[in-house]
Amino acid sequence: MSQAPEGARTTPLHQTHQALNANLVDFAGWLMPLRYASEAAEHKAVREAAGLFDLSHMGELLVRGAGAASFLDYALVGHLSAVTPGRARYTMITAEHGGVIDDLIVYRLAEDEYLIVANASNSDTVFAALTERASGFDVVLADESSEYALIAVQGPRAVEILAPLTDADLSTIKYYAGYRHTVAGQPVLLARTGYTGEDGFEIFVKPGSDAPAVWDALLKAGEPAGLIPAGLSARDTLRLEAGMPLYGNELSLDRTPYEAGLGRVVKLDKPDDFVGRAALTARADSGPTHTLVGLVGRGRRVPRKGYDVLRDGVSVGTVTSGAPSPSIGKPIAVAYVEAGTDLSSGEFAVDVRGRAEPMDVVRLPFYKRDK
Amino acid sequence: MSVPAELGYTNEHEWVSVKEGVATVGITAFAAEALGDIVYVEPPEVGSTLEAGTTCGEVESHKSVSELYAPVNGEVVEVNQAAVDEPELIGSDPYSQGWLFKVELSEEPVDLLTPEQYTQLTEGEG
Repeated sequence: MSQAPEGARTTPLHQTHQALNANLVDFAGWLMPLRYASEAAEHKAVREAAGLFDLSHMGELLVRGAGAASFLDYALVGHLSAVTPGRARYTMITAEHGGVIDDLIVYRLAEDEYLIVANASNSDTVFAALTERASGFDVVLADESSEYALIAVQGPRAVEILAPLTDADLSTIKYYAGYRHTVAGQPVLLARTGYTGEDGFEIFVKPGSDAPAVWDALLKAGEPAGLIPAGLSARDTLRLEAGMPLYGNELSLDRTPYEAGLGRVVKLDKPDDFVGRAALTARADSGPTHTLVGLVGRGRRVPRKGYDVLRDGVSVGTVTSGAPSPSIGKPIAVAYVEAGTDLSSGEFAVDVRGRAEPMDVVRLPFYKRDK
Repeated sequence: MSVPAELGYTNEHEWVSVKEGVATVGITAFAAEALGDIVYVEPPEVGSTLEAGTTCGEVESHKSVSELYAPVNGEVVEVNQAAVDEPELIGSDPYSQGWLFKVELSEEPVDLLTPEQYTQLTEGEG
């Protein structure tokens, strides 16, 4: 992997981004496209047609061996041994005290082989935690992050754009499934997953010339359908509208999955012990200390991460993510409020740099696609 | 990035055009490009007194908020309601339709950057 002068790593699609005149920023040590032109236009393209994303900064960790399934049942909160080969799960790795180390997508590639996709900022930490937890299990762990580029095509027209370029019959690929196929003639792991609230695919492909070949083929095939390249800024507003949590915002070591409203990913009923079980069982019984709420601003000033949430002028919580919502046309935010806060009455507001901006409390997600 | 020759500039990436004792103020194309889609602008209120170098409003984009700084001393005599209603104008036409506010000068502006100096500044930051 080449090094940019500033020390940030570049993805296998770096030259492509430069040719597209992308606005590049350092994100978790990677030089990534923030946007190519208008982030609102990129957001809308994904909602109405399709967007093309470079997600090569994500970490890919491979677990292989006869003990892979039982190891992951122990190391993660999910029941990964119950996943059929070819399918995937959204899950988490927590510390012993139940705090979230990272949220993950885990693909079962074969009976004894799993691919874990971790956030770029956490990949090394996750790999270290897995390594520590692997003692006594018949598994081999490998950090294969530099072996993959990751390209996502997301949006209602993703299927029609991808179909002519792949040997896969997309109608048979279910949501949260991943198989080895070809795209634009290149061998890939093709997964029906995403982080936008839309239908779409994530394509794991070798770096080098394969990744630009796949990107260019998708861009060319997709342009007539309205596909455009989309950056991390659009990805953030898309996931926020869809109510999906982001590590470092909604998820952190200080919160268990229950606070994030994701207690369902913790499989307390799986047969064997797992890291975090005692603390998570206790939290499931006692209930979360905080809950996530959705806020929609009545004005135009945007509640941002870290701002205070007020109920009748009294602080009851903190915004974890906020942005102007292109789909709704108003500012939106998610915030942690103290458990037990009465959401059905009272005047809610966010302290936006010294001024209380009125908010309506809404159910998450802010956006749900028509299926 | 366009830096019109007839304007003065500030280190805060604003432009100033002085005509008959009134300064028109906006943000530069470089600033607009760095901000991305602008969703909200709050210029200073008409009638307020500005002191050069102090904050007087804000510009909000998708990813961040930036403060506006008064580039000159004087009294605000007009704000661009079109840009308040349609903040996209600031990004699409920063030097014309996207102007932000006008100030009746209480003294002649000092320390404005020339287009050449401003271009140097943006090359250092770009």
